Amino acid sequence: MSEHESAPIVTLTDAAKHFGPVRALDGVSLSVRPGDCLGLVGHNGAGKSTLVYLVNGGFAPSAGEIAFPGAANAAEAGVRSVFQELSLCPNLTVAENLRISNRGLTGIGWRRPARKVITESLDRIFPGHGIDPDAEVDTLPIAERQMVEIAIGFAPRGTEARLVILDEPTSSLDAGIAEQLLTHIKSFCASGGAVIFISHMLGEVFQVASRIIVLKDGRIVAERPTAEFSRQGLVEAMGHVAAEGTGQAAEAVRHTGEIVIRTEQGLTARAGEIVGLSGLAGHGQAQALAKLFLSQSSNWRAGHDPKSVFVAGDRPRDGILPLWSILKNMSISFLRQIERWGVVDRAAERAMTEEWKKRIGIRTDDVTNPVLSLSGGNQQKVLFARALASTAPVVIMDDPMRGVDVGTKQDVYAMIRDEATRGRTFLWYSTETEEVCQCDRVFVFRNGEISAELTPPNITEERILEASFHMQEAS
Amino acid sequence: MSFFSRYRILLPVISLAVLLAATFYMQPRAMSYFGLNLLFNLAVPIALATIAQMMILMVNDIDLSIGAFVSLVACVTATFLNDAPLLGLLILAALILAYAAMGAVIDALDLPAIVVTLGMSFVWGGLALFILPSPGGAAPGWLRTLMTVKPPFMPMAVVAAILIAFVTHMLIIRSGFGTVLRGVGGNARAISRAGLSVTRLKAWAYGLAGLFGVLAGMALVGLTTAADANIALRYTLLSIAGVILGGGEFTGGKVSPTGAVIGALTLTLAASFLSFLRLSPDWQIGSQGAILILVLTARLVFSRKGDAA
Repeated sequence: MSEHESAPIVTLTDAAKHFGPVRALDGVSLSVRPGDCLGLVGHNGAGKSTLVYLVNGGFAPSAGEIAFPGAANAAEAGVRSVFQELSLCPNLTVAENLRISNRGLTGIGWRRPARKVITESLDRIFPGHGIDPDAEVDTLPIAERQMVEIAIGFAPRGTEARLVILDEPTSSLDAGIAEQLLTHIKSFCASGGAVIFISHMLGEVFQVASRIIVLKDGRIVAERPTAEFSRQGLVEAMGHVAAEGTGQAAEAVRHTGEIVIRTEQGLTARAGEIVGLSGLAGHGQAQALAKLFLSQSSNWRAGHDPKSVFVAGDRPRDGILPLWSILKNMSISFLRQIERWGVVDRAAERAMTEEWKKRIGIRTDDVTNPVLSLSGGNQQKVLFARALASTAPVVIMDDPMRGVDVGTKQDVYAMIRDEATRGRTFLWYSTETEEVCQCDRVFVFRNGEISAELTPPNITEERILEASFHMQEAS
Repeated sequence: MSFFSRYRILLPVISLAVLLAATFYMQPRAMSYFGLNLLFNLAVPIALATIAQMMILMVNDIDLSIGAFVSLVACVTATFLNDAPLLGLLILAALILAYAAMGAVIDALDLPAIVVTLGMSFVWGGLALFILPSPGGAAPGWLRTLMTVKPPFMPMAVVAAILIAFVTHMLIIRSGFGTVLRGVGGNARAISRAGLSVTRLKAWAYGLAGLFGVLAGMALVGLTTAADANIALRYTLLSIAGVILGGGEFTGGKVSPTGAVIGALTLTLAASFLSFLRLSPDWQIGSQGAILILVLTARLVFSRKGDAA
């Protein structure tokens, strides 16, 4: 390797970023060299996203320095980022989206090379992906959108990719596709590329990272080669003493009531039950939930008491009201309960929001701040609070834990179990097996149909995988 | 996905064909070179104004000033461009730049386009009245010749519509630059993350809208030979209806230039059709609205079916 090759791609010296009084990042020193695969972990609001924006040139640091040796800026240095919130243009085709980030594609007939480049990149990372480069992005399921975004990140765009930042890249991918990605990351780093890998799935971080950086409250609290960390040690460094491996074995079987939900597909749920939907991502679970929810909620003669509420996984699309404050985002579900002669009781609204803020632990000083001032995980907590604060007896959750940190997850699990004992029914689609194992009953989906119904002793990762792949045996 | 939601252009084409067939049934004499030109020649400025509106809708904004703007251009064309061509051209160029600046300001200051353009519509209207307090002026001879040219086989109006659709399709759908512009409507954050300036792109979109607005005003004067400060006020709503009728969406950067031109033709034809029905003019605006609702309902039904399938 030449000297230039082994020089760092990016160096941060005491870099800090403040937003008004908020110290999002408080003096971070870091350098990334070719061949590095950096795992970046930390709970929500620890400053991971801010660090990403500093490295990719999106923000200028408030203090300290960022240098890209041998290049003028991040783009020239070959720094790419793939974001947690999808940043594709949904109205354009897959190939056209490549054009957005690659201004090198010009002249008549630019589409042909664009198609070729994106198909090659997809083939390289996700062999057998089956994505048409001429498909409009909004016709693709969310997992395929994420695959496209990752492929664009790694694709040559005028400059070759040298450092790719992946922020929760596997959150919408099922296990098989995620494995393909991890394999690609390893080979990319082995051939002299660098990756910053941000994930809440610690297993994946251990699998790919050569070095792990733990971020807490805007500072690096630990930076060591992966081999020197244990899972438990890593979780402790992040500041959450989570019960990794102790297992959340369901407590004494809860008393569950009569059947409250029954769909044509065969999905049933009893009052007070937590029903899981599992299987590979994009096999009809989200559609089944959406259909169920719409059938229960879109009748305009139904009266004021909602039969069910929906917790969205795709926050920007289905969940957040981006222009509103945290308060208004949360209170919209219970305005009926606190109105007097059709007028909202402001004091009651405020009190109820403050109470939920405390119960669910939303990290903000003031609930009248805009909801977008929160980190992704905290926005998700707002959505949970919105759903739980309503009177609806059924809560439908469409992969709600995407990009939520370990500590928050434990809090929410406890809250869900608590609400279920009070008689609420939860329908919970999740791409993470660990979450599905929290449920009282699990339906495994395959190709849009239910391939198996599992009950407690059988809710294990093996049985779920079995049912996801072998329909005949399960039925 | 259903056939109709995959090929969004089909529904506008079918609407136009049905209306055209009905018109020919009512008035067989319209089925001629001369008849078609009469039916459609006023559609040319409307099609251009519709394209201008489409540029704005494409970047998730809406333009409530296009009608007043086209009127102003018409007044400038019938006076300055006729009397002092160089000065006239300079004024028109300045108007296009003003439009581009309006787009940049809307994005840079994060203002709602609906408010800014509504305000600007009074500015354009005032300027138009200032230039031409009472109806009058004269069309430049070359413009008159251009708009009354008789090409072989197809009347001018049809040739012009095809040309406008082709040029804007290449510009907006095929070219890389047009793709980026549509991307602004789809996800402006993705565009700025890719290192492009959304403000500059919006200025371009508004500038293009200004350009097509200027062309619309000139075409209109070429047809009418004189101008009036209120000549094109109804274009604002017609152009929005035309874009939507042609398969465009209010948000999300989903537009179709070919569809927009077809939408403009459909709206023009609807007016003639209603006259052939001997419907009193009092009812015509309402009936035009009814036709619009009918087509949009059809689109909704098909797209619902598409989602269910």
